[in-house]
Amino acid sequence: MTQSVDHVALLPGYLAAATAVLVLLADLFVARRAVTLVVAVCGAVATAVVAIVFSGARATFCLPEGCSYVVNSRSALFAALFGFLTAGVLLLSAPLLRAGVAPAGEYCFLLACSMTGGVVLASAGDLITLIIALETLTLPLYVLVGMRRQTMESAAAAVTFFVVSVVATAVSLLGAALLYAVTSRLHLSSLGPALTGDVSLAGGDPVRALDLPLTSAGIALLVLGLAFKVAAVPFHAWAPPTYDGAPLPVAAYLSTASKLGGVMALLAVVTVALPPAVTGPVLAALAVLTMTVGNLVALRQIRMTRLLAWSSVAQAGYILAPLGALALSPGRTGEAFDTAITAAVSYTVFFVVLELGAFAAVVALREPTADGGRLDSYRGAARRTRWVGAALALALIGLAGLPPGLAGLFAKVAVVRSLLTGSSGWLAVIVALNAVIGLAYYVRVAALLYAPDPLNRPTRAIPWPAAGVLAAATAFAIAVGFAPQLVLNWATG
Amino acid sequence: MSEALLVAVLALPAVGALGALFPDRAGRLFGTVFAALAFVASLLLGAYSHTTGWFSYTPAASGAPPIVPWTSVDASWVPALDLRLHFGVDGVSYPLVVLTTLLTLLCCLYTWWHVPAGGRGSTLVALLLVVEVGMLGTFLALDLVLFFVFFEVVLLPMYAVIAGWGGERRRHAARKFALYTLFGSVLLLVGVFTVVAAAGTADLVTLTSSTVLTRNTQLAAFALLAIAFAVKSPLWPLHTWLPDAHTQAPTVGSVLLAGVLLKMGTYGLIRVAVGVAPEGARWAAPLLGALAVAAILVGCLVCLAQTELKRLIAYSSVGHMGFVLLGVATLTATGIQAALIGNVAHGIITGLLFFLAGAVKDRFHTGDLAVLGGLRERSPWLSGLLAFAAIASLGLPGLAGFWGEAFAVVAAFERGGAGWITLGVLAAIGGALTAAYFLRMLRKVTHGAASPAVAAPPAVRLSGAELVAWSPLVVLALLVGLVPAVVLGLSAAPVQSLVEAVTP
Repeated sequence: MTQSVDHVALLPGYLAAATAVLVLLADLFVARRAVTLVVAVCGAVATAVVAIVFSGARATFCLPEGCSYVVNSRSALFAALFGFLTAGVLLLSAPLLRAGVAPAGEYCFLLACSMTGGVVLASAGDLITLIIALETLTLPLYVLVGMRRQTMESAAAAVTFFVVSVVATAVSLLGAALLYAVTSRLHLSSLGPALTGDVSLAGGDPVRALDLPLTSAGIALLVLGLAFKVAAVPFHAWAPPTYDGAPLPVAAYLSTASKLGGVMALLAVVTVALPPAVTGPVLAALAVLTMTVGNLVALRQIRMTRLLAWSSVAQAGYILAPLGALALSPGRTGEAFDTAITAAVSYTVFFVVLELGAFAAVVALREPTADGGRLDSYRGAARRTRWVGAALALALIGLAGLPPGLAGLFAKVAVVRSLLTGSSGWLAVIVALNAVIGLAYYVRVAALLYAPDPLNRPTRAIPWPAAGVLAAATAFAIAVGFAPQLVLNWATG
Repeated sequence: MSEALLVAVLALPAVGALGALFPDRAGRLFGTVFAALAFVASLLLGAYSHTTGWFSYTPAASGAPPIVPWTSVDASWVPALDLRLHFGVDGVSYPLVVLTTLLTLLCCLYTWWHVPAGGRGSTLVALLLVVEVGMLGTFLALDLVLFFVFFEVVLLPMYAVIAGWGGERRRHAARKFALYTLFGSVLLLVGVFTVVAAAGTADLVTLTSSTVLTRNTQLAAFALLAIAFAVKSPLWPLHTWLPDAHTQAPTVGSVLLAGVLLKMGTYGLIRVAVGVAPEGARWAAPLLGALAVAAILVGCLVCLAQTELKRLIAYSSVGHMGFVLLGVATLTATGIQAALIGNVAHGIITGLLFFLAGAVKDRFHTGDLAVLGGLRERSPWLSGLLAFAAIASLGLPGLAGFWGEAFAVVAAFERGGAGWITLGVLAAIGGALTAAYFLRMLRKVTHGAASPAVAAPPAVRLSGAELVAWSPLVVLALLVGLVPAVVLGLSAAPVQSLVEAVTP
């Protein structure tokens, strides 16, 4: 049987893969660090632009029961975001590569491969594509995390990340296999109806699929496996040591692009394939645990990267909360369902932009080869380098969800609104109280930036690629802070 | 024209805040000029938009909606979050708008001559102007979500003012302020969307004019909103952030905190909580009244034992806001009118008191009541003004403080029933205690022979800057005291409609 393949739908994926190949070729034939980096950045930006341009609804690799590759405006948003985030992280890596910490060719190649996984993941229409794309996204990161070869922490971080991630993938795969065993379906769009209908196992009498213990086990394993990827509590323990041990730009990638990947996978699974009545309570519990534990532990952190890591654990909780509310309201309407998905997606977008801004500022303030360092070393940073310090403070305040970080404020507003529209008032109250705990540590760091510095540290020159990324992320955050409707419209899909 | 003025009142301080980008003196001048322009715009706004006469009690038509804006602007902003740029001004909000622009202007002028230690003066002025934008936006917002956004805008600039230019324990005080008020405003967020999700609209004019919410939604919404506003007001027992913040903040910060920021809580209670969830308000009124009276008594008793000047004034705010909240809790026209005029009077008088306390601390480097003494001997003008402000604050008839306190008590008696009469009696006792602690403060600070701390500094004359900053407040304290109609005349009609809507 021959299938017609819609190459336009696949174009962003092709471009991302081509970027990886081109980077290797450029590294082989030109062997100039700058050229390799420029090729990688251009490829990432081109991928993003193409994803935006061809964002119309398309599908390919279709069988009667569903399509394996589905492009719509939301997947285009994710793919574009992925491209831009990768470009940003590549630029942030410039000082690191110049310092010779990592070989430029391999570094850029691995990031481009990871981006390919993310772009494909955005459009994945069946469970196999989804899990393979997610693995393509994660696999290069094992190496990248271990790139700071001089230090033990980096190696330890890479091993932790590798082991946890592989286990998580195995768990998700097992879940997918069990669901396939019950329904003999893999396509997300046909899995939902199959799970709510009747099935007959091994030629026996038809029973409701949801009554089978096998179904519950499959759903639970799939969701929990993906919860590892977004570092939801109690599957979060890998994140802080991994972020702290990885080179700073890679930590930025982990907490933005890689987290975005996990969210995309979860969204695809819980909104399309799995019945919300089953996943909702699990996700609500995960959300409450994730934000509360993340915020409380972040209060005690004294290292910058660990603080950002724990805070990004907590932020994942806010993203999960609307998804958890999907099932909790008995009289939930289609509108409330859409509001919840829109809130989760737009929160993710606002979050990754602010997080990229925060990491870009940290990269700009640190030595090229350094890790995040202790919070003390940021004392008075905003007095030494006014704009970088202000941008970092703005990003942190945005993550806390307060004006003048309007983007973060509207992200929180969207989440709380969706929870109350879905009549999950108690979850909204927990989200709200967590925002107060969050402010306690964000404002502590922001105030530290403006505190007088007794040591009078000298001002350092700021590498321009990092400054550029910082300026772009901050400008974007300010722009969507005043016009959040742009993101909300796009997230509606 | 009046729409343009409405926008100008909000936009001018926002533009003035850009003064932070300039060098220190230029930035301060820039900010002060824009604060002055905003003040002028707010005066013109009243002159142009309120055309039915200022001092006439024109009763509202029966069944009129509680909010009939004199003028309003409405534009779409974020439809997906039910957020519209809907601003308007009426008799309830207008006095507070003028109070805000006036106090901010006075603070900017004061900063022009006197920058507290801690940072650049232009940054301080810019932060004050951002706080002003937040406060004005809160008073002018006619969209519930917009109200919340502006309520939040105030938080971090005020934090920065306290943390950057405050006293010795400023960081702790600032963080306490930020966390407490954020706790209040996140509950506000939940309350706002409880209302919006149930009613399907965030328009305050619609929400207050017709009751579409079920009883349970109203109770939940009122509980959330009332806690949110009680933190901001602050209502005992949620007041503990206030003494620290007031004591540690620089003078201009204390003035804005006490003068206007607290009013966001009481204004929100009247306009949003009572207006949107009247049934919830009726349900919670006895509890609110009891807490308000507890605040009055606790505030007075703490003040009687207080040994620090700024802390005493801060705690006196707890007592005064207790009277305001008691007025709101009665849900009668007299009570809400008393609350509104009490709000304005407290803003004027406590603003003046904080300016004076700051002047005392600047000169003698202490606010300790045991160390101060005999101020009359060294600086008759300063001590005379302090006496004037203290007497106005304790509610002498003829000065601004009288109307709010007296009529809050009257309203409690009007409401009738054993419970309310008890509350009225207790509040009246609180009024007497207020007189007691202010007189005690005056005796300690101004009377007797000059203490060593007061006698030591060489020059203690009042400067021109101080007189410029204080005299409008002195005049207003007299004006509102003698002609309360300047406030009451504006708010009579909307309050009458509100009470009609609240009482079944």
